[in-house]
Amino acid sequence: MSDPTVTGGPTGIGEPADRWGSSVSAAVPEAGIPATEPPPPDQGSIGATFVQRGDRIFRFLATGSGVFIVALIGAIGLFLLIQAVPPLLQNHANFLTSRQFEAGDPNNLSFGILDLLLVTVEVSVFALVLAMPLGLGIALFLTQYAPARVARPFGYLVDLLAAVPSIIFGLWGLFVLAPAIQPFAVWLETHLGWFFLFSPGNVGIAGATVFTAGIVLAVMILPIITAISREVFARTPRAHIEAALALGATKWEVVRMTVWPFGRAGYVSASMLGLGRALGETIALTIILAATPRIFTGSLFDGGATFASKIALSFAELNNNLSAGAFIAAGLVLFVLTFLVNAAARWVINRSGAKA
Amino acid sequence: MSTSVDLDKSAVEPTFVGISGGRRARNALATGLMTLAFLIALVPLVWVVWTVVSKGLAPVLTGHWWSESLNGLLARQQGGGAYHAIVGTLLQGLVCAVLATPIGIMVAIYLVEYGAGTRLARATTFMVDILTGVPSIVAALFVYAVWISIFGLPRSAFAVSLALVLLMVPVVVRSTEEMLRIVPDDLREAAYALGVPKWKTIVKVVIPTALSGMLTGIVLALARVMGETAPVLILVAYAPFINFDIFQGNMASLPLLMTVERSNPTDAGADRLWGAAITLILIITLFQLLAAFLSKVTAPKTK
Amino acid sequence: MKLQRHGLVVALAAAGAILLAACGSDPNSGSGAAAGSSSANSPAVDCNGKASLNAEGSSAQKNAMDVFAQAYQAKCTNAKIAYNPTGSGAGVKQFNAGLVDFGGSDSALNATNGETTAAAARCQNNPAWNLPMVFGPVAIGYKVNGVSSLTLTGEVAAKIFNGQIKTWNDPAIAALNSGVTLPAEPINVVFRSDDSGTTDNFQKYLKASSKGAWTQGDGKKFNGGVGSGAQGSAGVAQALAGTEGSIGYVELSFAQDNKLDMAKIDSGSGPVELTDATVGKAIAGVTVTGQGNDLVLDLTKTYAGPPAGSYPLFLATYEIVCSKGYDAATATAVKAFLTVAATDGQANLAAAGYAPLPAEFQQKLLTAVQAIA
Repeated sequence: MSDPTVTGGPTGIGEPADRWGSSVSAAVPEAGIPATEPPPPDQGSIGATFVQRGDRIFRFLATGSGVFIVALIGAIGLFLLIQAVPPLLQNHANFLTSRQFEAGDPNNLSFGILDLLLVTVEVSVFALVLAMPLGLGIALFLTQYAPARVARPFGYLVDLLAAVPSIIFGLWGLFVLAPAIQPFAVWLETHLGWFFLFSPGNVGIAGATVFTAGIVLAVMILPIITAISREVFARTPRAHIEAALALGATKWEVVRMTVWPFGRAGYVSASMLGLGRALGETIALTIILAATPRIFTGSLFDGGATFASKIALSFAELNNNLSAGAFIAAGLVLFVLTFLVNAAARWVINRSGAKA
Repeated sequence: MSTSVDLDKSAVEPTFVGISGGRRARNALATGLMTLAFLIALVPLVWVVWTVVSKGLAPVLTGHWWSESLNGLLARQQGGGAYHAIVGTLLQGLVCAVLATPIGIMVAIYLVEYGAGTRLARATTFMVDILTGVPSIVAALFVYAVWISIFGLPRSAFAVSLALVLLMVPVVVRSTEEMLRIVPDDLREAAYALGVPKWKTIVKVVIPTALSGMLTGIVLALARVMGETAPVLILVAYAPFINFDIFQGNMASLPLLMTVERSNPTDAGADRLWGAAITLILIITLFQLLAAFLSKVTAPKTK
Repeated sequence: MKLQRHGLVVALAAAGAILLAACGSDPNSGSGAAAGSSSANSPAVDCNGKASLNAEGSSAQKNAMDVFAQAYQAKCTNAKIAYNPTGSGAGVKQFNAGLVDFGGSDSALNATNGETTAAAARCQNNPAWNLPMVFGPVAIGYKVNGVSSLTLTGEVAAKIFNGQIKTWNDPAIAALNSGVTLPAEPINVVFRSDDSGTTDNFQKYLKASSKGAWTQGDGKKFNGGVGSGAQGSAGVAQALAGTEGSIGYVELSFAQDNKLDMAKIDSGSGPVELTDATVGKAIAGVTVTGQGNDLVLDLTKTYAGPPAGSYPLFLATYEIVCSKGYDAATATAVKAFLTVAATDGQANLAAAGYAPLPAEFQQKLLTAVQAIA
């Protein structure tokens, strides 16, 4: 139904009205009134009722799809919750404050998400802090500074990053990037170790840290932030830019006065999308982050596990619904977390009133 | 405050007075920073691509890479190819697209043509946003919870496609919505004026006009979901041979092939892992090119 | 015109799909199966069972399964087997649900949590058998500058892996390695961060052999409380290769492929290196606790007191099969596959990092396989 080649005759874009004008007017005229109004019952010709029914069916399908989406989100939450409740009832540890996640033995469940939450949030926020300014710079460069001739291929280049599978980012991060940035990491640790973010870490595998993982995540979410921001910035009304230029504004002032206010909301929502992606990134982090029996201290040089990486590390070996449910409970928290982040992004956009 | 004398002055001055040093410096600094940001982004890009190409090019260049599976080969035996995984990736992507595209388009039609301004439409828009941010592992867990835990169905490529649908629908909705919105209202009104019912107007006027952009969006969305690893980890099992049946049996896909070969310590394993990476990048890039091509070929001629 | 252009796109896509579907092939390069390996007393193989077998489970036996599959396809040309290495838990679950023809598991079916009952139900109320087809030696790999030979006992290993021994020049290690200069650097323990049967067996070994020094129990998750975890055997081996002062446990093939130094184990009769022969010796001494053809092993005794001159650290992984209750075609295929695995399949096992079955044990397995109906 959505494909015009199936339902439609020859479709000349641009002058469609005349084409169907003729074909439909053959079907409707007996009714003598526009089909968008209900025909008088006594005159209801076959053509008109067909049209009415078609309209109703189509409307129903469209509305149904909308309802489906709303129901889907509800279903995701609900089904995850159904699976998560039984293990939560048998949990010997406090789900929200315990730092250990021991869910292998269904008779002795003792799992808490505090460390998972902290690691997930720290690694994602770190990635966002790195990627946001960079993404902004790239988006502005490609839309406002680079000559149009090169902007497009450069844009493709950045998009290419999005095509690289995440397992490759994981392997690249741990075996190529980590050794290269290790001297810098060591320098930070020795000179700024008094600051909690840079205090000595709790893992013994060089580079298998939140620090490396955050940088890799930043690279991974960069194309998302850039792609959306670029689109929004490119749509800054030409008139605004020209008006600013006419007032004698420099390029930077044009950007600051027209492009930025126009695209700010879109940029924020793009960043939140990137954050959502970072929160849920799975396979790259299972490869990079070293597991550790010690608690997370908040240092970038710590190891640990995020929600997603913890689930991926254990899910394959689970053989009972209670243990699986414990991990689904962690997945539920991740879902709620991304829900909140996206809702916040939405709120920011609505508040600023711009349509991204 | 300003007098008429001042006004006269300012009307003439700009032609002679340059931009002040501070402003110029700030402008140069900003230009420099943005160029720098772009150059910095190029570093990991070139680095990652170089790593992949240098490690994975050799296996991909062999003929059998594209035409053979890994059936009957030991972990340390060279040879074979990724054909089974390529087939799996494309099949799962195709099924996902077939399911996700109509849903996504109908939701977008609802949002633009029917629901505008209603509470349900606002809720739907919000939920589409949420769905956009749902991590792939959560989507996979959801399908696992429903499809496998509750319905008791076996893991299959179809379950993967279902999880991918969750990830693809919001992207299709977004791009389709954008495209429908830029269809001029004049076209719709012209159709209504001629007595064309609303649904026919949408199917025959609005969609054809927006089609080029919609197709591009769909292909891009598909390219995005095909590289997902988390759903294949949880929802389907790997097979080293070719399988065309999405409802039954094990099926390889490129991301799954990579995770399996990751636990193969031999040179053959490394070749397959990086070869599969190049293959996946190539396929996704091909889809992106296809999207660009489609948007050119199907673009409305009126522009 | 529009229609034509869209038609063109559709046609292109269709043509591409057909082209793709037409040109692929499943090669059947069964060249690896050595012909000479089938011993005189190996039973006949009936290849007329169902063409495609499905199995799933332990990732520890995946590479052995590849070897078996190759030998199987060499013997039965049109037969196929898909072994899906998703983990022991999944293997048992899928077998009990009747979704796969047999399961692979690092531990035998557990009666206390209902696995045995569920398996019997799946087999039309016949008992399921645990057949230990694959033995995988586990190496204790390490990387210490200047130390190319290292001997450990179960007790010292346990103390290293639970953090009681913290530096390489600890007197306990030095006492076992006279003549080796041990550096004064900290010990960097590396463990598996994902749940795995290797970890489970390793901890069982420590528990049995450490004379009480290992109090952390067993399980698929490492409980030692020290060190750092890396994902998968590949991750552990790579971390060991790249980290000075590190020590960890990893399957033999990974240690070999990453050229790791491997510790010798002294179980009371002097240091024993990890070789096919020393592991085979330990396997030959394993006690079977299962009834009849249900070959459940008690590795604890071997771990605690292995035969002199044997290397006791290995894991056994089972195939879980129905004794009866398959349909005829499946039963024939399962029997054929397992027979080939226990005979021809043994030839290339060592190259894949596993220990071939000792002769006596091979006979026990073959008897059990032939009894499947």
